Amino acid sequence: MDHSSSLGGDASASATRITPGFALRPEDIALAAEQGTATPGGDVADYALRLGDDALILAQRLGHWISRAPELEEDVALGNIALDQLGHARSFLTYAGSAWGKSEDELAYFRHEPEFRSAHLFEQPNGDFAATIARQFIAANYQFPLYRELSKSTDPMLAAIAAKAVKEVDYHLDHSTQWVLRLAGGTEESRRRMEAGLALMWPFVGELFEDDPLIAKVGDAGVVPSSLKEEFDRSTGAVLAEAELDVSGHPMATGGGRLGRHSEYLGFILAEMQVLAREFPGAGW
Amino acid sequence: MNEARLPEGTAPAPAEGAPRWPLWEVFVRSSRGLSHVHAGSLHAPDASMALRNARDLYTRRNEGVSIWVVPSDAIAASDPDSKGSFFESPQGKDYRHATYYTKSEGVKHL
Amino acid sequence: MARNVQPAGQPAPQNAMEALTPEDAAGQENFDRIIAKDSRVEPKDWMPEAYRRSLVRQISQHAHSEIIGMQPEANWITRAPSLKRKSILMAKVQDEAGHGLYLYSAAETLGTTRDEMMDALVAGKARYSSIFNYPTVTWADMGAIGWMVDGAAICNQVPLCRASYGPYGRAMVRVCKEESFHQRQGFEILLELANGTPAQRAMAQDAVNRWYAPSLMMFGPPDDDSPNSKQSMAWNIKRFSNDELRSRFVGMLAEQVKVLGLTLPDDEIRFNEDTKKWEHGPLDWEEFKEVLAGRGPCNAQRLERRRSAHADGAWVREAAAAYAAKQAAKQSSTNAQKAAA
Repeated sequence: MDHSSSLGGDASASATRITPGFALRPEDIALAAEQGTATPGGDVADYALRLGDDALILAQRLGHWISRAPELEEDVALGNIALDQLGHARSFLTYAGSAWGKSEDELAYFRHEPEFRSAHLFEQPNGDFAATIARQFIAANYQFPLYRELSKSTDPMLAAIAAKAVKEVDYHLDHSTQWVLRLAGGTEESRRRMEAGLALMWPFVGELFEDDPLIAKVGDAGVVPSSLKEEFDRSTGAVLAEAELDVSGHPMATGGGRLGRHSEYLGFILAEMQVLAREFPGAGW
Repeated sequence: MNEARLPEGTAPAPAEGAPRWPLWEVFVRSSRGLSHVHAGSLHAPDASMALRNARDLYTRRNEGVSIWVVPSDAIAASDPDSKGSFFESPQGKDYRHATYYTKSEGVKHL
Repeated sequence: MARNVQPAGQPAPQNAMEALTPEDAAGQENFDRIIAKDSRVEPKDWMPEAYRRSLVRQISQHAHSEIIGMQPEANWITRAPSLKRKSILMAKVQDEAGHGLYLYSAAETLGTTRDEMMDALVAGKARYSSIFNYPTVTWADMGAIGWMVDGAAICNQVPLCRASYGPYGRAMVRVCKEESFHQRQGFEILLELANGTPAQRAMAQDAVNRWYAPSLMMFGPPDDDSPNSKQSMAWNIKRFSNDELRSRFVGMLAEQVKVLGLTLPDDEIRFNEDTKKWEHGPLDWEEFKEVLAGRGPCNAQRLERRRSAHADGAWVREAAAAYAAKQAAKQSSTNAQKAAA
């Protein structure tokens, strides 16, 4: 192939307009809380906390890929997904924290392990690229209908955060689907790894769709997890069928993340994430 | 994502031996009403991944509302060695431009 | 395409015009005219082989620097002390991957594939900016890298937007635009630390002390010891000499450090009223050469990380290529069936 056929970019294209765009940012949420225009009740705050913790831990995991991805284009792609998740985490945590007079950073850096509410799926190690894709595939197929429904929440701030997030997760869904198809249908090795990745991650599907008393308490402000399971089965099933992958034999693990009972991994994640902030409590950065 | 313009299977077959991802040229439309403009290139295994990679690489700062990707191999370019003759003809044909017609200058709505 | 076939590394014949084919002579004439007019050379234009080689070397080194340069900062993504800083750092390191990609594609227009460049990098045969072989040991290093290392890079890169090779200049326009936030975020990290607790302030000063000299050396050896510079300037690739850019950079640092309330570890910085240039103390060029030769604190670590990321990803790249080939085969057999029917 004659690579010199590449055209090499255009000055006017480089000069394309760069804008920050318009979207709800964590700073806006903090400001609204400060002005007292939007502060959640305790139950809604608890609910926002779990959504925020899921996204935060996932972002922390994905962030590790940057500079280690299978191809440079994928460094950029995984980086975008990690940034999206971190953005969602910051919004949910900022909103949750406003109920208790705590900032996003106080919640992220100064809570202990049992105070976190993340589900076990998000805590699972990156493993190889296939394991990460398996985790992404489950996460996106869960978060997409969740945020879509949450965008109709009776709590206007949760609805606004979800409305922004669902568009981004739509892309995560597409990204993971593309890769599940390619890894399953690529080489023998990639298929073996994709199957192994799904075997590692699938047991943590169950926990995502478990209802508990908090869900009843938040009512129409939240989304009932079990109500999303059918759609999850359908959407993942279609892709898995196309990829000729079978996950039916994988057992479901006992969860407990929503109650503060975590995997062995969370302690290490927090040790790394919190070390510097805890070394300088009260410091600004 | 609308891929109507790019049927699956437009990717050039990878070379023998270690499979390499082919090179794609990326064209970005910065807003409705404007043309797609060449932004640069990237590597991807096929058209649909090329589109996604282009989205991640070339529109991180709201630079686009639409993207085209084309296999670099599929672009035919004019020969730079013959550019003198290739682009000579329009030179000097100033009667193709409105500014050539000076006598009508000042006439309204013309 | 007509190309000068002068083999690499051999001196041009005494009377170069005589050795050229008529096609090449016309190409050279056209090339010289483009350079003299300060116009731009484009990928399919005839260009002297030495110009092509020099560009591939410079652009690929530049791309490698972006890619290796991701590592010292990625080192702190998981430990960033606030979520806002974590977002900023992630976006910045990700931008660097993007900048590497823009530059690799500019280099690819010269007929060298990214795979060839990447292979040369992981084989230890290609160079990258020597500053990335220093470790990032504290959070303040994120500030110092942004302020000083990116600051020096911007000084170098802004004139490159006008480089005579079109694709390189265009890649640099994009890079420079995106980099504008990199230096600011670094400065603000230091500003925050300098105004923080005494321990934070000490951390900031220590980082400035460590990164000062390496950042000055990023502009390359002094002009009288820079073999490639002259030719690069004659070709309108480089616009200013190493020392000239370095002097400008020192001037900027000297002013900006006052806002931080920190100091630079150099007593000899002064503005020379006669030459109208900023001057600085001596730099340890022996250390520079040592690090460049692979004997810096992190050379082996940086290369190994790139090598293993590339090697670990091989099965993924193969899988995607295999899938694309299968899909293409499926498509063409469907088309054939349709045509038959």
